[in-house]
Amino acid sequence: MKSNRLFEQLESKGLLLGDGAMGTMLQQAGLTDGGAPELWNVTHPDVVRGIYQAYADAGSDIITSNSFGGTSYRLKLHQLQHRVFELNYAAAALAREVAGDTRLVAGSIGPTGELLEPLGPLTQAEARAAFAEQAVGLAAGGADFVLIETMSSLDEVQAAVEGAREGSDLPVVVTMTFDTNFRTMMGVSPAQAVQTLAGWGVQVIGANCGNGPAETERVMWEMAQARPAGVVLMAQSNAGLPHWHEGEISYDGTPPVMAGYTQRMRALGVQVIGACCGSTPEHLAAMRGAMDGPALADYAPDFVTAAPKPATAATDRREARRAARAQAAD
Amino acid sequence: MSDKLFDLLPQNLQEFYITMQDDLYDGLKDEVIAATGEALDAHAQGPAAILQYGLVAGMEIVGEDFRDGILFVPEVLLAAKAMKGAMEVLRPLLTDAKDVERQGTVVIGTVKGDIHDIGKNLVGMMLEGAGFEVINLGINVDADKFIAALREHNADILGMSALLTTTMPYMRTVIQRLAEEGLRERTIVLVGGAPVTEAFAEDIGADRYCDDAAVAVEAAKTLIAIRKERSTPEAGREVRQKRVDK
Repeated sequence: MKSNRLFEQLESKGLLLGDGAMGTMLQQAGLTDGGAPELWNVTHPDVVRGIYQAYADAGSDIITSNSFGGTSYRLKLHQLQHRVFELNYAAAALAREVAGDTRLVAGSIGPTGELLEPLGPLTQAEARAAFAEQAVGLAAGGADFVLIETMSSLDEVQAAVEGAREGSDLPVVVTMTFDTNFRTMMGVSPAQAVQTLAGWGVQVIGANCGNGPAETERVMWEMAQARPAGVVLMAQSNAGLPHWHEGEISYDGTPPVMAGYTQRMRALGVQVIGACCGSTPEHLAAMRGAMDGPALADYAPDFVTAAPKPATAATDRREARRAARAQAAD
Repeated sequence: MSDKLFDLLPQNLQEFYITMQDDLYDGLKDEVIAATGEALDAHAQGPAAILQYGLVAGMEIVGEDFRDGILFVPEVLLAAKAMKGAMEVLRPLLTDAKDVERQGTVVIGTVKGDIHDIGKNLVGMMLEGAGFEVINLGINVDADKFIAALREHNADILGMSALLTTTMPYMRTVIQRLAEEGLRERTIVLVGGAPVTEAFAEDIGADRYCDDAAVAVEAAKTLIAIRKERSTPEAGREVRQKRVDK
C-alpha cells in the first residue's frame, strides 16, 4: 500500500483548501467551444500548468488534475478515446510538477455522460473498465488520490469507485452534485450518499458544483447530520449562480461570499473546502484567508428538514398495488 | 383526473385507466403494454382514447411529481420507456385514426460544441408523453441542421439545450439564422440547460426559458395554445375556457 498522503496532510493540517474552476480558465486562455480540455494537457501544457500554478499561488493545498472528461466515453466525443492513458497521465504529471511535495494532486474523474442499465445502455462492467483505465493514467502521472466528482447516480459512483481501485491503489474521494431540490439529478439525498459511500469504504465524501454556496451549506448540513464515524467531509461549491449580463455569463459569488462560505463549511465540520464553476484564483485566495482566520464564533444553522409530502388517495393506491406485487413475487 | 369526458366513462373503465396510469407511474413497461392490448381487445377502446386516458394522462402525473421533486430522473425515464413500449402498439393504429389531435411537432437538440445528452432526452420523452411529435437531433447540432429539420418536419417548436456557459451563446446564432431563413415567426423557440437563465433567454430572443422537462412541456402546450388562439377565434375560446377551468 502506497503511503496515504491525503490522510497524512489531513491529520497534520486539519483543514485542506481545494482549488477552483478549470474549464472557464482554459476558455479564457483560448480553448474554443466544444474543444476537449484534456487535449490541452499535451497541446498547451504551459497554459494548464499556469492555471495549476495560479491556484497553488492562491494557497490551494490540493491541485485538481485537468482530467474531468478523461474517460473513454467523454473523449470519444472528440475522437480521442484511444488517448485515455496519455491525456490523464499528462493531466496528473503537470499537476505533480506544480504541487511538488507540499501540495496534493487530486486526479479528477467525472461522469461518463452515459446512463447505466436499466435506464441506459452502459453496463456496470463497461463503466468500471472505463474508470479503471482512467485511474491507471492518473496514478502513473503522480496523483495522490482519485477525486470522483459531479456524480448524480450511485450506480455510476459504484462503478467509478471499483474502477479506481482496480486501476490504482490510491485513496478514493467522492463528491456528488445535489442540484435538484437538495438531491442529485437522480434523486440521491445527501444522507443517502454519505451512508452508502461510507459503506463502500470511501472515507472522504461530499458535494461539488450545484446551486451555489447557500444550497451547498444546506446539503453539507444534511450530510453532517448523517455522517458515519470516521468520514471526512468535503465541499466544492460553485461561486454562486450564473447570471447573464450584457452578453456575458458571470457567477454572482464574489470572493467575500466564498470566504463566508468557507467559514460556514468549517463550522459544519467540513475539512476539505474548495470551489467549482465560476471560481478563480482570486476566490481561492479569499477562501485561504477564511480558512486560516478565526473560526465563526456563533454559527447555528437552523435548516428544517422538509416534511415528506402527505399521502393522498393516489399515493395510497399505488402503495397498495406495490405491496400486492411484492407479495405476488414472493 | 378532472377531464369531463373521462368522468363520463363507465366506472370499470375509469378504474382500468387509473390502474394503467399507476403502472405507468411505476415504470412497469410489460404491464402497460399488456393493458394497452387489453384496452383495445377487451374494452374495445380506440387508440386515441388509450393514448389520452392511459398514457398522456399518466405522464402528466409523472410530470407533475417530477416538477414537485417527488420523482427524479430514473423514475421518469422508466415511465417514459413504458410509454414508448405502449406507443409501439398504438402507433400503427393511430396513423389511421382521425380523432387524434397531435399537439404539435418539436425539433430538439443540444447545440454545437456541447455534448450533454441526458436532460435534453428527458425533455424529448416528456414532450412525446404529452402527445408531441419529437424529432431529436442529438448533441452537437449546428444551425444548418436545426433549420433543415424544422423545414423537413414542418415543425412548430424548436427546443435547444446547452449545459456549458461557452456553448449557450450559440443559441443566439441559431435564432438569428432562423430569422434570416424566414422561420422565426412560425417557430416557437424554447431553451434550457443548467447555466441558461430567463434573462439569457430573453436577451437572445427565445420565446421561453424552461427550468426543467416538466416546465418545457407546460411551455410547449401553452405557447401552442396561444398560437391557436391567435389563428382561430373558435380555438381561442376553447383555450380561454380551459384556463378558466383551471
